[in-house]
Formats: sequence, C-alpha cells, structure tokens
Amino acid sequence: MRKSNFFLIGLAICTILLLLMFVHAFFKREAEAKFIQEKSEMVRMLGLTDLCLFTEASYTRHLSQADLHTPFQDSPMSFEHFPSGSIAAPPPSLRKINGKMD
Amino acid sequence: MGKWIERQRNIIDFTLSSLLRKKGKNISLLCVYTLVVLMLASVMFFVHSIKKEASMILKDAPEMVVQRMIAGRHELIPLAYMDKIKNIRGVQSVNKRLWGYYYDPVVGANYTLMVPDHSDVPAGNIMIGRGISRVRLAFPGDTLEFRSHDGKIITLEVKKTLSPESELVSSDLVLISEDDFNRLFGRNRDSVTDLTLHVKNPRELSTIALKISEILPDTRIILRDEILRTYDAVFNWRGGMMIVILLGALLAFIIFACDKASGLSQEERKEIGILKAIGWETSDVILMKFWEGMIVSLSSFLLGILLAYAHVFFTSSMLFEPVLKGWAVLYPQFKVVPFVDASQVVSLFFLTVVPYTVATIIPSWRAATVDPDSVMR
Amino acid sequence: MISVIELLNTRKVFNMGKPNEFVAIEGVTLSIEFNRVTVIRGPSGSGKTTLLSLIGCMVRPTSGRITLADREITSLPERFLTEIRQKTFGFIFQQFNLIKGVTALENAMLPAYPSGERHASLKKRALHLFDLFNISQKAASRVEWLSGGEAQRVTIVRALINNPSVIIADEPTAHLDTKLSQEFMEIVARMKAEQKTVLIASHDPIVYESPITDRVINVRDGRIDGSVR
Repeated sequence: MRKSNFFLIGLAICTILLLLMFVHAFFKREAEAKFIQEKSEMVRMLGLTDLCLFTEASYTRHLSQADLHTPFQDSPMSFEHFPSGSIAAPPPSLRKINGKMD
Repeated sequence: MGKWIERQRNIIDFTLSSLLRKKGKNISLLCVYTLVVLMLASVMFFVHSIKKEASMILKDAPEMVVQRMIAGRHELIPLAYMDKIKNIRGVQSVNKRLWGYYYDPVVGANYTLMVPDHSDVPAGNIMIGRGISRVRLAFPGDTLEFRSHDGKIITLEVKKTLSPESELVSSDLVLISEDDFNRLFGRNRDSVTDLTLHVKNPRELSTIALKISEILPDTRIILRDEILRTYDAVFNWRGGMMIVILLGALLAFIIFACDKASGLSQEERKEIGILKAIGWETSDVILMKFWEGMIVSLSSFLLGILLAYAHVFFTSSMLFEPVLKGWAVLYPQFKVVPFVDASQVVSLFFLTVVPYTVATIIPSWRAATVDPDSVMR
Repeated sequence: MISVIELLNTRKVFNMGKPNEFVAIEGVTLSIEFNRVTVIRGPSGSGKTTLLSLIGCMVRPTSGRITLADREITSLPERFLTEIRQKTFGFIFQQFNLIKGVTALENAMLPAYPSGERHASLKKRALHLFDLFNISQKAASRVEWLSGGEAQRVTIVRALINNPSVIIADEPTAHLDTKLSQEFMEIVARMKAEQKTVLIASHDPIVYESPITDRVINVRDGRIDGSVR
C-alpha cells in the first residue's frame, strides 16, 4: 500500500475514534446520571460535606472542614507529611486573608 | 482541488520515506511524544471530570456548617448553641451532626463514623462503605470489633454495605446508631460534632453567618459555597504534583522543538539542495517540512488523546493510582464519569501540534531558499 | 539549425564584493542547437559547470542575457524560472545526487511529485523507463545498494521523468568504466532520436570524440575557446 494512504487512513480512523470518544462520553454521562443523583441524595440525607478521596488523615478526608491548624497539630513546625498534600492544596477559603473566619 | 490533494499525498509519501530512514529514532520520538500527550490529557480529563462530578454531587451539601473552635482546634459544639442559632431571623432549621474518625489498627485505615439523622441504624448494627468492606473483607452478617475510648471492645454487626456506585462519598463511612457512637467515643450528651443550618433565603447566608460569629465568637462557619469551591480548587495546577507534570510536559515539548530547531545537518541541507535542483520549489520543500512536523505531532496527539481517554475512563486512571492513593490504606473504587471539555482538547491540540511543526519548518526555511546551483558543485 | 538556448555576452561572478570573489564566466556568447548533442569541453575550473548552471536556469548571470526558445529568461521571477527548469530541463549530475535511504523508483519519481500528478500514472511511466534502461529489477532497491552504472541509469530516468526537451549532463562518465561510458553514449543517441536536445560537459574523450556528438565547444578560463563540429 502506498505510504501516504497508510498514514491518511490511520489519521481518518483516529479522527473517527476521537469523534466516537465524544459520543461515548455523552452516552456514558446519560447512563451514569442516576448514580450521580444517588450520591447527591446521600449527601443531602447524611449532610455530607466532602468526597471520600484521601483517607490518610482527617484534614485530607474532609478538605472543606479542615481548619488552618489541623495539619500542624503535631507541632507548629511540622511540614505537610501526607502525599495528598502535594495534590490538593488547602481550600481557597482558608487562603483568603480576610476570610469569614477572621 | 484534485491536484492539490495529489500534491499533498505525493509529498507525504516522500516525507514518510524520509522519516522511515531513521526508523528507530522517529518511532521512539513518536512514542515519547505520545506518552507526554497521554500524561497531559489524562490529567486534563481526570481533573475536569472529578471537578464536574464534585460540583454536581455536593450541590445539596449543608448550606452552612457551624464548628466550634478551642485553641485553634475543631472541638465538640454544645447543643445549647443550637437554641441560640435557631432564634436568629432567617434560620429555617438547625440540625446536629454526629461524626468522627476511627483509626482501625488491624489494617491501618481511617474510617469516618457517622450517626445518620434521618434513617435510624439499629443499635448493635452498622452500615459500612464498600471501601471498608474490601479492606476488612466484611460483608452483611459479619462483625467488626471497635475499641472504645475506655479500652473496651465493642462488637458491631454489619447490617448492610453501602452501594458501590456511591463509593466516591461513602467508601469509608460507618453509619452507626447514636448509642453505639456514644459508647465508642465516650460522648457526653450535651455536645455534638457540629451543626448544620438551613436558611429561608440563601442570600441571607453571609448576614446570618456574621450574626452567628457575633453571638458565638468561638465558632467557625463553613458555607456551601466554600465547600464547592474547595473541590473546584482541588487538583489545582498550582498544587505540587500538577506543576511537576505540567513542567515535565513543557520540558519535553521544548526538548523536541529544540532538537528540530537546532538546524539542519549538512546532509539534510544537501538533500534540500538536490530537491531544488531536480525541480522542487521553495514552497514544496517547506510543505515537506510542514508534513514532517505534522506527521509526528498529529499522530502523537491523536494516539495520546485516545489512550488518555481509555486510561482515565476505562481503567480508572490506573497510572495515577499510586499518586492518588498516597499512604491511604482505604481508597475508593470509582469510575470517573466522562465530562470532556472540547475546548481543553482543542487547546491541547494547538499546544501539541503547532510549536513542533513550526520548529520543524523554521530552520529549513533558509536551506529551502538556497540556489540549486550549489548542488552542482 | 534552430537554436533553443542562446547566451549573449553573459558574465558570472561569484562572491561579488568579498575577498574570495572570482569570475567564472566572462563574455560568453553561445547558441545551443535544437535536437543536437553538444559537448562543452575543458579542464576543471574552466567554468563548464557554471555554464551548465546558467543554461539550466539554476543560477542567474551577473550580466548578459539568456533566452530560451526566443523568450528571455534572465530576469524572470524565481517561480517561473523553477517552472521552466522543471518542464524544460532534465539534469544528470556528476555525483549522481540521489537521495539516500530511498528506493530507486521513488528517487526517479521525485521531480514530478510537487506537480500533483496522479501517483499511478507517474509510477507507470517511471517503471516503463526503468524497463527501457534495463534496471526494472532494481526499482525497489535502495540507491545505496546500486552499482555505479545502475545508479547512473536511475539518474537518467529521473532526468527524463518529466519528459523534458533538454537534457543537461555534468561529467556523466566520471565514475564509469569504458564499457558503461560507451553505453551511456548509446543512451544519448536514443534521446537524440526522440527529438531531445542534449548538452554534456565532459573532458572524457569517449564523450567528445563520440560519433554521436554533433558539436564540441571548448572552454578555458571562463571563455569560449573555439568550437568544433
């Protein structure tokens, strides 16, 4: 087969797959909508405030509930020692200078 | 039009022949480039989807949470505060929340224990999240032992495991009855963990928050808006890991572009001269260089994006798992729902394809304009 | 005698204004005749290659005029010059100048790629020419694996692929033995039979003393030193 045909056909296949990707995403979203609904129901019923992503420590588990001092409760000098700290920064509300808790 | 297409096809033919001469080098280049796109796109897809899902799931989180602070730490809040808050104008209802953490030394995992307000858990029973079920191999009918605040062992039977589809919010939850909670933690009945509020008019939230902080100065308020913004900011690009990935990708792109932009070798220059001598115009040579850049970068982009989609949405980001799991023993199993932002895909396209292609064309410009006469000598 | 290419008092200076400036061609007036085999003979450094370059529209003269079939081409913009070069001339270089790592067939088809000609017809034509020169079996071989004679025949096919009316060859027999040199002249005879004009720069007697050669022009120190029929 001519080289350029090989390339162009490959390109066409990939482009079609890319479009199918968006189509798949759409249908998956529709299918999963009820599960998202289920989770949001649970949040409402139990009064939950956080996603269960990082269960290493209290302030990583409940990101929105943690106060400024929790990570340092061992010592004022103790550094961030959980790996999730390098992914999730402290919530923006804590980083404001004139936050509502001041 | 037909001629234009044929011209492109012919030039692509030659460009491919030219690239295939250094098969090893170019295939590894393609692989590495694809990997870089895979990483970037995976991060992009994952972060966007999680943020979107978080905002949808947490939209019904408590409007306001009132925490008590003692010496800068979150402490139990007296139930008496509830009455004070109830009397504030605009407050529709105040609820107590009873929740806490339990460290299970058997597996080294942290659980979140909660007393559900509405659905009652019978005393002696617990409902556990799937994460706990996995880590302790505990199923309905099994029992789990908890060590109470005063050293006693409390045995509780698993009544039910929470659904797997709710893992993102419930994976580490233990729903427990109030009596068992009290026994476990030695709670005295006039304090609770925190309070949640429901207000009549959402626009009054900050006014009410201000009032509460006046009446109860040792409290801290968390608004739903802040909860949502927390998750919007999670995986922020300024977070350590993200910067490493982004910088890594940027560095890779720069290296590729520099390698191309560093100029042509003597041999490449000679070849361009030959092409000019046999009748190729400057624009034909530039077109060839354009395709040279495009073939590599476009292929990398398409393969990278497709693989990234499969990686994030079919394998649940298995490459990121070690990073996301960190030191946690309990990690939720969840399939991220594909929320794909087309504009992000387009931006990545431009970032991947344009600089590299430009870096391939520019150094050849000079050589392409050479007088074919030089080849005769 | 119809002349197809005329040079009028042309002069070519390289590296003008720089310390290594030198005059390659000085005051050359010349007519190349249609459908004849013309050989430009002279020692190396005499300006033969420059003359070929000028005639083949590869470089512009510093002064003087060049006309092609009565059309002045000296001051044409590059695009037109390239078009003319592509359509009118076919080149056979001294060093073959084939693209390494690429097959003989693709090398031969290269000159026609940018024109957007359909691949199938181009390939057919190339293979036909390969057949004509008895190198069909080498069509799919990389050019590095060809012998000197085979490589040269590939360059000849490349020169003929666009069916040009003028063939220009620079020292075509430099890397060939006697037998292959004579075969080359036979190929030249065939081109002549097909109404082509052939211009060869050579100091090889097999070329300039060949019965196929119609005219020999002597060049020395950038000037014409007489011509012999």
